[in-house]
Amino acid sequence: MLDHILSVLIFFPALAAVFGFMIQKESMRAYGIAASFIEFVLALVLWYAFDNHVAGMQFMESIPLIPAFGINYTLGVDGISVFIVILSAFFTFLGIASLTDTPREKNMIITLLFLQMTMVGVFAALDAIVFYTFWELSLVPMLYIIGAWGGPLRVYASIKFFLYTFAGSLVMLVGMLFMAYFYYQAAGVWSFSILDWYRLVLPENFQLWLFLAFFIGFAIKVPMFPFHTWLPYAHGQAPTIGSVILAAILLKMGTYAFVRFSLPLFPDASAYFMIPIAVLAIIMVIYTAMVAYAQKDIKQVVAYSSISHMGIIILGTFALNVEGISGSIFLMLGHGVVAGALFMLVGVIYDRRHTKLMSEFGGLAHVMPRYATIFGIMLMASVGLPLTINFVGEFLSLLGFYQQSHILTLLAGTGIIVGAIYMLAAYKKAFFGDITKEENKNLSDVNKKELFGLIPLVIVAIWLGVYPKPVLDPINNSVEAIVQLMHEKSTTALAKERIPDLTAPKVVVVKETIIEEVN
Amino acid sequence: MLAPVNIPLESLNVMTLTPMLIPIIGALLILVVDVLKGGLDKSLYVVLSLLFLAMDFFSLLSGAGVFSQNGTMLGMFDVMLVDGLAILAQFIIVGASMLFIPLALTHKRFHEFSYPEFFALFLFMIGGFQFMVATDNIILVFVGLETSSLALYTLIAMHNRDKSFEAAVKYFTMGALAAGFFSFGAMIFYALTGSVEIHKIALILAANGYADMGYVLVGVAFMLAAFAFKLSLIPFHTWAPDVYEGSSAAMAGYMSIVPKIAAFVVAMRFFEFLVHSHIVWLEIVLYAFVVLTMTASNMWALVQTDVKRMLAYSSISHAGFVMAAILIGTTQANSALFLYWVLFSFTNLGSFSMLWISRQKHLPAGQSSDHSYNKFAGMIKTAPMTAVIMGLFMLSLAGVPPFALFWGKLYMISSAVTSGYTILALIMALNSAIAGYYYLKLIVYMFMKEPVVGTNGSMYVSNATIALKTIIGIAAIGTIFAFVAINPLLEFITAFVYNSGY
Repeated sequence: MLDHILSVLIFFPALAAVFGFMIQKESMRAYGIAASFIEFVLALVLWYAFDNHVAGMQFMESIPLIPAFGINYTLGVDGISVFIVILSAFFTFLGIASLTDTPREKNMIITLLFLQMTMVGVFAALDAIVFYTFWELSLVPMLYIIGAWGGPLRVYASIKFFLYTFAGSLVMLVGMLFMAYFYYQAAGVWSFSILDWYRLVLPENFQLWLFLAFFIGFAIKVPMFPFHTWLPYAHGQAPTIGSVILAAILLKMGTYAFVRFSLPLFPDASAYFMIPIAVLAIIMVIYTAMVAYAQKDIKQVVAYSSISHMGIIILGTFALNVEGISGSIFLMLGHGVVAGALFMLVGVIYDRRHTKLMSEFGGLAHVMPRYATIFGIMLMASVGLPLTINFVGEFLSLLGFYQQSHILTLLAGTGIIVGAIYMLAAYKKAFFGDITKEENKNLSDVNKKELFGLIPLVIVAIWLGVYPKPVLDPINNSVEAIVQLMHEKSTTALAKERIPDLTAPKVVVVKETIIEEVN
Repeated sequence: MLAPVNIPLESLNVMTLTPMLIPIIGALLILVVDVLKGGLDKSLYVVLSLLFLAMDFFSLLSGAGVFSQNGTMLGMFDVMLVDGLAILAQFIIVGASMLFIPLALTHKRFHEFSYPEFFALFLFMIGGFQFMVATDNIILVFVGLETSSLALYTLIAMHNRDKSFEAAVKYFTMGALAAGFFSFGAMIFYALTGSVEIHKIALILAANGYADMGYVLVGVAFMLAAFAFKLSLIPFHTWAPDVYEGSSAAMAGYMSIVPKIAAFVVAMRFFEFLVHSHIVWLEIVLYAFVVLTMTASNMWALVQTDVKRMLAYSSISHAGFVMAAILIGTTQANSALFLYWVLFSFTNLGSFSMLWISRQKHLPAGQSSDHSYNKFAGMIKTAPMTAVIMGLFMLSLAGVPPFALFWGKLYMISSAVTSGYTILALIMALNSAIAGYYYLKLIVYMFMKEPVVGTNGSMYVSNATIALKTIIGIAAIGTIFAFVAINPLLEFITAFVYNSGY
């Protein structure tokens, strides 16, 4: 079974969803929890069987799908993708388990299970077309979740979400077709396999254009600065579960795809565009932090802070060295846990008060102490307090980029501080002071169902903050392999300079000035 | 006294004629049956047509076997030309017809199906289309075109709703104009080369190095206009939405597939040598046709309030998309055309059939048309299964993987990429994104709005019978599991197109 565990992980939720149509409405919740729990256990088995010391792909399987056109159903995970796969199983399970009363619960659970199939598929696919298939399919359940269970502007938000991503991905598809065609010209056979493409060294000008084609697809998904306008709408209108999955997993598809496609396929272009993208990332960090500060709606604060953190992830990715990329992947996981938890927490108060405006709250710490505590922990994790999960990722990302540019890193660091300000300000407004509204006096604290979703996230956020090694080591191994590949494939002097050579002997050169001083 | 004509029967190669003769014999038989005993039920005629189409299909299978061994066959004084294109196109024509004809077995009574002539005309029409694709003689193309078109006009008029006559007359007028253009173009090429056979025209024109360029261009212009009418390319598309609206949903779906593949094959035969002769003017005009048709019809489709009209514009857009294959003209592009059209016929017939089973005899109050978006609002709550299937067809039309049309789009865009049409590839991709909006609009109505036409979901399937549900089931399964069939289909199509020299 371990040979096909990735296929099982992808198609078990889909099968469960199809069978779910037969389940009676009242029993659907139990069924959903059971199915997603089995999936989570399978994901843990994957982790257990995963060999931490191997940098390359594991659990690979391949079935020819359209051999005449070089499309194969190829799967595999390495240190970069395995934890995101586990995270998506984890979040679907927690999401379904802590799902509050939803109208048409059965449809929701079936949709979530389908969504899970597409999420695991994206991270496990090693064939560009299979990747693209799951990437596009993931839009459909999310469209339905936002559009059917969302707020008053739900239709607008869901269509905007779908069309933005759809348009971007079609440009990416043209890029993929070019990639396959170049491979065909070089090797004589069609192939959409990512591992085959890794072996292809392209001239720089081709790389630049292809990089841009892929970039549009990924940047909209992340979403990066000029393309980010769909996200606040999507988060603002989506139901709690939709926001949780969107923030925790779906946005990671874009950043993951940068690491999986853009960097190793186009190392020269990545080095060429490093500074412009870093500037965009820093605009994301600072600008959205400032926008977040101006929000009145607590969910929008979390949404904008989420975009802000995605900026740090992009910055780390485009540091193009091991620290930066490992840090950004770790931050993807951290941001998933933290942003997911924050959206769940916002959902808790929304269920009680049916409003998300901060002015409606105040003094919640008096009536909901447990809620305030959990919110506080997650808030600290979000602003990157040491010994929490985000600190590790943010620190490594910035450390990585510091080697490329000091000033830009400094700016990004400032952004993180602004982030701390708005998060703490929001916390102060909502939780401290006197209770100003009559309705808030009798609010009940978090119940067991909600605790069941939140406590595991708190544990993970602190555990991986204190001891990130079990996750960071496998990530590091795979990232080293990718960075070395990039260095070997790069052709321009700029890329050779920016992408470190890991095989080079590490020597420290003592500068003459120091010698003079010593003398 | 004339010398007795003495021709050995073998040299006629009658086998090339068998596939066309079968539906024609079938049509005559239906007429005879009606004369001998009138008042028989439509189900008899439906099944008879289906049987003849099945025989037609088998004869095509054996023809395909012969082609893959011996290559292109000529017959009947070299008028008939059975090559890979002819066989592939006939497969699509006959296959789509077999999917279409059971749609006549509706739950409600429609008066056109009570006439046996409907089915006779239908079979005559198929015979006409088959003649059109299986020859490179312009005169026989013209005869096939007129046979099928005249039959089709009548079929539309028989639907007998207020808008049907308008549709039929409109189609007839436009079709007559197109026929006039076609014969003018043919005349000019005959005057230039003294031949009515496309491959000879190509040879003679190439031999004299396109000396009379001006006349060639005039001929091309006439031909182009004729094809543009038939393929409803913009700006010759104006008839299409009205005709689709006036005919029954099933017939509209049929019209968006079968007549167009026949016209595409003739266009492919005709423009293949012209495109490769690097006439810059032709390239620009074709490019403009492709881009304009795709983009403008997408824009119009965005603002429609009726699902059927939306699907009509979407069909125009798909035709424009596929027209790119004629412009590109490589083997991959031509194969992509057939692949696309096979997949399109499943999905598009499926989506039009979904409208067909929800057909109302009388419009409820507050509805201006039979298939307005409002009618489908909140369908997920009243008829979940129907809504899911309809949504599936919409996603496939929008090109969401892994559903059928995605693979067609993928291969088509890839053919543009491989032959250096990068801008065209991007335009095609972005048009798919625009098209996403109006398909999504129906999904939004079905899945995200509250029902407005009552909570009774039976309205959406009021016209359904087992036969109709079977057809929709076949279309849905074909749409979902297309990825299994792509590889054999692609190999088959590529071999046939390649061996025909296109």
